[in-house]
Amino acid sequence: MKIIVKLFTTLRRGRFDQSVIEGDESMVVRHVVTMLNIPEKEAAILFITSRYAELDTVLHEGDTFAIFPPVGGG
Amino acid sequence: MGNVIDFLHANAADGLVALTVQKEAAKRFNMSMPQVENQILSLGLLPKRYARNRKTITQEKQLSLFRSNVAVVGCGGLGGYLVEELARIGIGTIIVIDPDVFEEHNLNRQLYATLTTLGGAKVAAAAQRVGEINPAVTVIPLQKAFSRDNGKCLLNQAHVVIDALDSIPIRLVLADICELMNIPLIHGSIAGWYGQVTTQFPGDRTLQKIYSGCTLEKGVEEELGNPSFSPALVASIEVAEAIKVLLNEGTTLRGKLLSINLFDMEIVDICIEG
Repeated sequence: MKIIVKLFTTLRRGRFDQSVIEGDESMVVRHVVTMLNIPEKEAAILFITSRYAELDTVLHEGDTFAIFPPVGGG
Repeated sequence: MGNVIDFLHANAADGLVALTVQKEAAKRFNMSMPQVENQILSLGLLPKRYARNRKTITQEKQLSLFRSNVAVVGCGGLGGYLVEELARIGIGTIIVIDPDVFEEHNLNRQLYATLTTLGGAKVAAAAQRVGEINPAVTVIPLQKAFSRDNGKCLLNQAHVVIDALDSIPIRLVLADICELMNIPLIHGSIAGWYGQVTTQFPGDRTLQKIYSGCTLEKGVEEELGNPSFSPALVASIEVAEAIKVLLNEGTTLRGKLLSINLFDMEIVDICIEG
């Protein structure tokens, strides 16, 4: 299956803004994060097609998966 | 000597009351500046300092803002700009909460960090500044660290709370307490060239969703730091959100996370569903 992955802010550095990733039906968020070599602590804000997700959330064909790093300054 | 109502009417021009008239009314009728402000607005008049608000915020809405109480939690990069803009637009009461004093490394971005305020309490500098720009605004400076224990007490009376914290776990405590107290919360945070804003109403649990996978106290700002422009921008959007919530008008960021990337000049909003 194919999913669209969008990376935001600092996560783009050395990676990409948007890309299509292929995986099998059992693919979860953590697999993509690992595949992209993003430390889990930097993959803080996760959305799959507008719904917030967690590392164990299962991905589906056609999903758009967005990853934001934690932004916490004030 | 007539009464204050006659005095204000007699000395208003084009519906506007000048600062000198407001000060004179306070002196002549033994009233505080906020009391005179309330009287002016209640009469359908407008303090002259709001003349340029008039086409954006009606006289009636200016009175609503005067009767509003907004809590700013954190008085650093975001908090300084928040207090400044809330005071200038005419929010009647601003609660400012921050335990810290100004340090030299605050000078690059924190509006109230100056050579003379270094070492002084941030909330005291905020209160002094507001006194210099809008004497009708009441600032309640609370030099305390916001926590689960004191949160309900500190936010008592607030109609809207604005997040200007620098800790993700304390933000989540703030979100919980606003939920408990049934207070809308405007969230903003920054890191380097980046920032984000959302508006949460009780029951939305937007912050809890945004930070559900986050176990850290600090985000990428720990590595990136914060320059001068990102707090100014994010704080301005937070104030605009707060004003819309208070006046119940316009379209807010409720249910959306606005992500701002000034480096690539990309601003996106992501819908956050259940």
